Amino acid sequence: MVRALREGDEAAFAHLVDAFGGSMQRVAALYVRDRAVVQEVVQDTWVAVLRGIDRFESRSSLRTWLFSILVNIAKTRGVRESRSVPFASIADDPESGEESVPVDRFLGDDSAWPGHWASAVPEWHRPLERLLSTEVRTLISASIAQLPDMQRKVVSLRDVEGWSAEEVCNVLELSETNQRVLLHRARSKLREVIERSGLQEN
Amino acid sequence: MSSTEITCKELVELVTDYLDHRMPAEQRLPFEEHIAFCSPRAVYLEQIRQTITVTGALREDDLDQQSRDAMLNVFKDFRR
Repeated sequence: MVRALREGDEAAFAHLVDAFGGSMQRVAALYVRDRAVVQEVVQDTWVAVLRGIDRFESRSSLRTWLFSILVNIAKTRGVRESRSVPFASIADDPESGEESVPVDRFLGDDSAWPGHWASAVPEWHRPLERLLSTEVRTLISASIAQLPDMQRKVVSLRDVEGWSAEEVCNVLELSETNQRVLLHRARSKLREVIERSGLQEN
Repeated sequence: MSSTEITCKELVELVTDYLDHRMPAEQRLPFEEHIAFCSPRAVYLEQIRQTITVTGALREDDLDQQSRDAMLNVFKDFRR
């Protein structure tokens, strides 16, 4: 693939666009809001990739290299943009004692079974295919957008883009523990969103 | 209740460690035992798994034609 790109093979480039283009747009959108700026970030990344391909050393994968360029460009643009349109600055400290499930769903210390579920966790009745409906996807997508900034980035990279924990830690400059805490909080909230939506009921 | 037993409340906080295979063996066994005997816990774990699957479906969203064309044009302009 790298050789084909160096030789100016258009089909190889088209293949890369199809493999990563959608993901690049979503990852860029984690840093910049404006749709037009997202497109610019992606375009600039492709230019940088084409310029740099001769110097690319296969120590990292092409994918890792491409996304590290994208994130750098997106960050720079994001900082510029945030001076005019700030992202919601909700407290998002992995060290804080945020609970994944509301405390009142567990029995208190004075009960016979402290820390156990106060009532059964209601089961979801809908088959997974139903959960994959456009309706649920729209809901999940909107809910991710409303998460605190770092939770949003972590869950998007891990669960939407399918990156490994290690890749996410590197790109977001997080410790492994904090990455996991943020991911866990985000997943817990999304689970709750599905539960509260009633979409999984019969 | 033995001292090694973990409560459901504590286990909820450990689900991600478990799914990421980052749980030490001495924690993993009590965790799996707990799931075997605690049905709300098993339901919760399954729901987290389903949540991950549903979230992952967002990855399938196709690149729109206009964006795709714009990206392909970068190549044409570059080679010119």
